[in-house]
Amino acid sequence: MSDPKPSTFKGPLRGQLLFAIVFLVAALLLLSQLGEETKWAKRTKFFAQPRFWPAVSIGGMVLFGGLHLWKLPRRKFVTADYAEWKIWFLGIEWVVWFLVYVLLVPIFGYLPVTLLFMPLMSWRMGYRDKQMLWISAAFGAAVVILFKSLLDVKIPGGMVYEYLPGSLRSFFILNF
Amino acid sequence: MELLLSSFDILARWDVLLALLAGSVGGVLIGAIPGVGPAVAIAILLPATFSMDPIVGLTVLLGIYGSSMYGGSIPAILINTPGTAVNALTTYDGYPMTTRGEARRALSLAYSSSFFGGIFSVVCLILFAPVLAKIAPMFGSREIFLAALLGLLLVVVAHRGQALIAAALACFGIFLNTVGLEPVKYSKRFTFDQSFLSGGVDLIVVVLGLFALSQAFFLLQGEDEKVRMTKLRGGMFQGFRELVRHPRVAGISGTFGVLMGMIPGVGEFTAQFLSYTYAQRTSKRPQDFGHGSSEGLIAAETANNAVPAAAMVPLLALGIPGEALTAMMLSVFYVHNVVPGPQLFQNQMDFVVALYLALLVLNVLVLIFLLFATNHLIKVVKIPNRFLGVCILVLSFVGVYSLRNSVTDCLIAACFGIFGFVLKRLSLPAVPIILGMVLGGIMEVKLRAGMARVKTPFDFIDRPVAMILFLMILGVLFIHFRHLWLERKKTKEAKWSTKHASTNFGMHLLRRKDYLLKERGRKVREKHLKYNPRSTDKR
Repeated sequence: MSDPKPSTFKGPLRGQLLFAIVFLVAALLLLSQLGEETKWAKRTKFFAQPRFWPAVSIGGMVLFGGLHLWKLPRRKFVTADYAEWKIWFLGIEWVVWFLVYVLLVPIFGYLPVTLLFMPLMSWRMGYRDKQMLWISAAFGAAVVILFKSLLDVKIPGGMVYEYLPGSLRSFFILNF
Repeated sequence: MELLLSSFDILARWDVLLALLAGSVGGVLIGAIPGVGPAVAIAILLPATFSMDPIVGLTVLLGIYGSSMYGGSIPAILINTPGTAVNALTTYDGYPMTTRGEARRALSLAYSSSFFGGIFSVVCLILFAPVLAKIAPMFGSREIFLAALLGLLLVVVAHRGQALIAAALACFGIFLNTVGLEPVKYSKRFTFDQSFLSGGVDLIVVVLGLFALSQAFFLLQGEDEKVRMTKLRGGMFQGFRELVRHPRVAGISGTFGVLMGMIPGVGEFTAQFLSYTYAQRTSKRPQDFGHGSSEGLIAAETANNAVPAAAMVPLLALGIPGEALTAMMLSVFYVHNVVPGPQLFQNQMDFVVALYLALLVLNVLVLIFLLFATNHLIKVVKIPNRFLGVCILVLSFVGVYSLRNSVTDCLIAACFGIFGFVLKRLSLPAVPIILGMVLGGIMEVKLRAGMARVKTPFDFIDRPVAMILFLMILGVLFIHFRHLWLERKKTKEAKWSTKHASTNFGMHLLRRKDYLLKERGRKVREKHLKYNPRSTDKR
């Protein structure tokens, strides 16, 4: 492990070491699975082997990932690294929001969930005034109308639409 | 003439015209909002365009690609924040003009230069289309493999200071493309017996994760920036008059844009860098560059807007995308079973020319829109970043979920979103992953086909185009390693020149270590101590 040294490396140094280590370890794990997860076909030319391109790509990941780790200007964890990991970890919150949204749409329908999700998320982000919440709801409605109603993008109708009466049910399933 | 008429015939449809209008206005808006960019917009809109005709879908995407750079110059000039990454050089001369109270002059100059760049490249390419149609059939499997390899290599070496990790990420992209069933032997590759991996990793899911979701996470995790806007004064047409006074800079910058755009993996940044350097070196007032020089602004904006049309050349003629945006567009072709490549140039030349004409019309539409709507348009710059993040998150859902209505796709996209978020935090490039995925697939198919007729390794490069491409690959590698060697030399010199005297004294002692520890050395030191006793010694 060494101190920062003059280097041509571009970008911030915080967090680079952990990323490089994880990348290399992942590449090595994939390399260890190469024999299990790919086949060597008999009577087939070398370049046409099913294993050829996975081997080239994982070999490249190990080689270049290893060189990148070796050439990093700082190979020692410092306080800034821990702060950076915390930011990466906190980013998972947005993944959870996104996945909850994804899971709720097929149940409660695209329009109702989007109309609820946009203001809720805006509230979470700290926009508490009424105008911003209305704008976010309007944006949500506009997205649904543009993509589902006008551009006919394939998003299924919500399960709750089944409980709507007659023609309203099919109208909602088709458009919202 | 007949070709032009049949191309017009393809374009003369209300849905194509509507797509042109939507693409141009949407592209300008997206470009003008810092933090969105054309890659995010194209990624989100991709699945929506699958249900459209190829020409309509491509026109929308091409519209966003071609017009976003016009919009990107607005925040670059007014608030010193480039709207799209390629407008970074515009801030050098655009923002100083704004601080001098010449914001409208800078905007007008940027619009007119962009317009010139756009039109110049389209005209060049329409004129050269017949030549390209003759060259394209010379590309067989081996040549396309070598061109794809060259493109990948150029993308990697273009990331100066990050070439190693860019190469590793490109290899990761190639690996992602190999996951799933192998197309010839139908054997499973890295599926880990999971059914969702049997079909492979979908390019659109990766694109949406790496470009759209990661950007949403990045904005949500960041802070809102306070924006101070400048009021615009003066006419919008003065830029044209000024542009006419610098025909040489505009012409050369446009040419650089066209040439660099045509080479896969090079793109806007190199074109801008070359034209800006050229403009500065040949200018009568080089000291003004970076302080509000009109020539600098012309060079930057002309070069970047000349690229989109040229970037379509490797995509249409060889089926090789040169950068992330054209890689995304390739999927539109595949969905509609239109295979871009030499056959497209030979059999559907009218389709190719129609795309170029669409770009021509697009530039006119964008210019008209900007000349009259800039005053209202600048308000979009004020949209708070975190709110934009929420909007991108909701829009990304449309992109991922509408593909197959699959929650697994959304989960994979979210994982790539986090990966892209980490890459963004570390300022590492995501583009090599996408190009690795796209070019990796092309390289696998073409190498297999090319090697079938090859007996000795030299046979692979015995055709003239293959030999030229091979020499170009060697040339790129040579230039890169030479650059690395020079950089290393410079770093070493800098290290030595900043060394402290104490370090030198330590080194001096180290070199004399053996002598000093020997019997003779001890005697000499003892003798010297007689004349120079230590203060702690007993007397």
